[in-house]
Amino acid sequence: MSDSFDQISQQLKRRHRKSARLKWLSMGALGLAGLFLLWFFTDMLIKGLPAFQQAYVETEISYSEEASTDARQAIDSDLIPIVSRTEIRSIPRLLRNEPDLIGSSETLWLLANSQVDQYLKGQRNKLSDEEIATVDRLVESGQVTQKFNSTFFTQGDSKTAESAGILSAVVGTIMTMIVTLAIAFPIGVMTAIYLEEFAPDNRFTQLIEININNLAAIPSILFGLLGLAIFINFFGVPRSSPLVGGMTLALMTLPVIIISTRTALRSVPESIRHAAFGLGCSRWQVVKDHVLPLAMPGIMTGSIIGLAQAMGETAPLIIVGMVAFIPDVGASFTEAATVMPAQVFTWASEPEKAFVEKTAGGILLLLTILISLNASAVILRKKFERRW
Amino acid sequence: MNSMNSQATVQTPGQSAERVEQQTPAVGQPYTRNSEASHDLSIRVRDLNLWYGKSQALSNISIDLFQKNVTALIGPSGCGKSTFLRCLNRMNDLIPSVNISGLVEMDGRDVNAAKMDEVALRRRVGMVFQKPNPFPKSIYENIAYAPRMHDMVSRKADQDELVEKALRDSGLWNEVKDKLHEPGTSLSGGQQQRLCIARAIAVQPDVILMDEPTSALDPISTATIEDLMDKLKEQFTIVTVTHNMQQAARVADYTAFFHLGEIIEYNDTKVMFSTPAQKKTEDYISGRYG
Repeated sequence: MSDSFDQISQQLKRRHRKSARLKWLSMGALGLAGLFLLWFFTDMLIKGLPAFQQAYVETEISYSEEASTDARQAIDSDLIPIVSRTEIRSIPRLLRNEPDLIGSSETLWLLANSQVDQYLKGQRNKLSDEEIATVDRLVESGQVTQKFNSTFFTQGDSKTAESAGILSAVVGTIMTMIVTLAIAFPIGVMTAIYLEEFAPDNRFTQLIEININNLAAIPSILFGLLGLAIFINFFGVPRSSPLVGGMTLALMTLPVIIISTRTALRSVPESIRHAAFGLGCSRWQVVKDHVLPLAMPGIMTGSIIGLAQAMGETAPLIIVGMVAFIPDVGASFTEAATVMPAQVFTWASEPEKAFVEKTAGGILLLLTILISLNASAVILRKKFERRW
Repeated sequence: MNSMNSQATVQTPGQSAERVEQQTPAVGQPYTRNSEASHDLSIRVRDLNLWYGKSQALSNISIDLFQKNVTALIGPSGCGKSTFLRCLNRMNDLIPSVNISGLVEMDGRDVNAAKMDEVALRRRVGMVFQKPNPFPKSIYENIAYAPRMHDMVSRKADQDELVEKALRDSGLWNEVKDKLHEPGTSLSGGQQQRLCIARAIAVQPDVILMDEPTSALDPISTATIEDLMDKLKEQFTIVTVTHNMQQAARVADYTAFFHLGEIIEYNDTKVMFSTPAQKKTEDYISGRYG
């Protein structure tokens, strides 16, 4: 006599309750993660968005004879504590380079002091009551206002918060990534092709395989030590340069590229290889003409993700000297440079309040680039996805 | 057969294993009985043994395959017929654990010799697989790829001509002539398989191996392929593996019956299906096992 429906549903009730409980637990975990993410993004946006605005002062500069030695003579003495010191300091240099200007005058929007900027943004500041009164007056007359902070995108780092920009770090990142990709992509892809398509399955190749997988799990700072010991101390590659940074990061990106390439190669169906072999293709022709084109989207996706990982890396670069104060935009691969996460790190350790928003702004820019890189990887995968 | 001594047992059609033992084996002799045209030898196989690791998959296979004929290999699953087929163009090289001994001779050359380039061999012995596997490229490119790779064509016009000929020979031309640049994978299953045949004949091989070419197809596509095989044997030697005995009876001139890695019987198809010499063959053909 088998169980009736009632008996069966009695037993089922317990199972259904259990699955419902698990479902709620997993949804709760997802919700929590989403909440944290939302919190993080809102916090970053609130802190970082002001970095893209900066206070400017409309100032009349009179290029008098005295101004070429004492810049403070060039502008209204009331404005001196309000205008950025870097702006004032640049006047004598300008006059030395262009003596024709002496005697003339012009009205320009100059960067305001970071204290003024922080005051306008409602942050803590060190302005005296007198100076606050001046600023308030100037704001009313429209002589002090907040504008889009182009300095942030067109200048390198600076010790004065208002004129600190991220350009040198962006250029440094681009150069470093070019080196990383130029080294890691060909070596990684060729290694994966050899291991997947050519290598015999023996102890030796298994050992290599295990080591590659372990390489992906090594703390990244160790790669920095390796870079220091081998690239800088042994081969004499200039330290702090995008070249040595890129080489170090390439070591870190290699396993990611190798593993993703192997996965992509393995996903190409065996029947395609058989068809090609059956026609008399050599092994290399099978790979080059049939397997590689089909695996390319997967390889590209993996490489972009590896690159994005390398782009966000700071620890190994500390060791090879790329986390440093670099005010100039780099011009070559062998000159000292810094990268975006390193710039964020440098700013985060500045005591001045005005650097907090620079830090958050830098993070926002870095995140935007990383998210767009990852998005392009997803789009690439979706676009070329093939069903067999 | 298992109890046989080390004497070479050559399977020429019309001779069952026992008969061979009694007679002097007609090694390499073209088989002409029951046939008006004299059939030239295409591939000669002697004492072929094959192991996957430690398990033996083929034992003492000796057989003559004749030019411009269809030879069908039949037998129950796992009897070694596909493995044997892959010995003929060395596709078994791709499996690392395979060991082979014995002779597979084509055009007076041992195909397993170290000097033999498997690429050259596969250029002369084409293959069609069980599941249609066109390259994910255009129909045109599917066919033009191999001749271009083998430097058979240099000018675009020659290439066009070759593609058209291969498609006409495989009976696909009228169906695809207006969409040569659409992907090969957009065709129906039967059309894809004929595309694979066209791809194989485009390099003008001597032999075409077919590994259950119709097992993934519907009956109408199967009939089309069978007709095609009948036409193609005017130009090519065809060796086909099939699970379907009716198909063997319909298309094959000769049939070899495999069982547990040995050839039990090899004969003219008509003879084999009407008066099989071996009890095992009779049992298999009449559907008692398989």
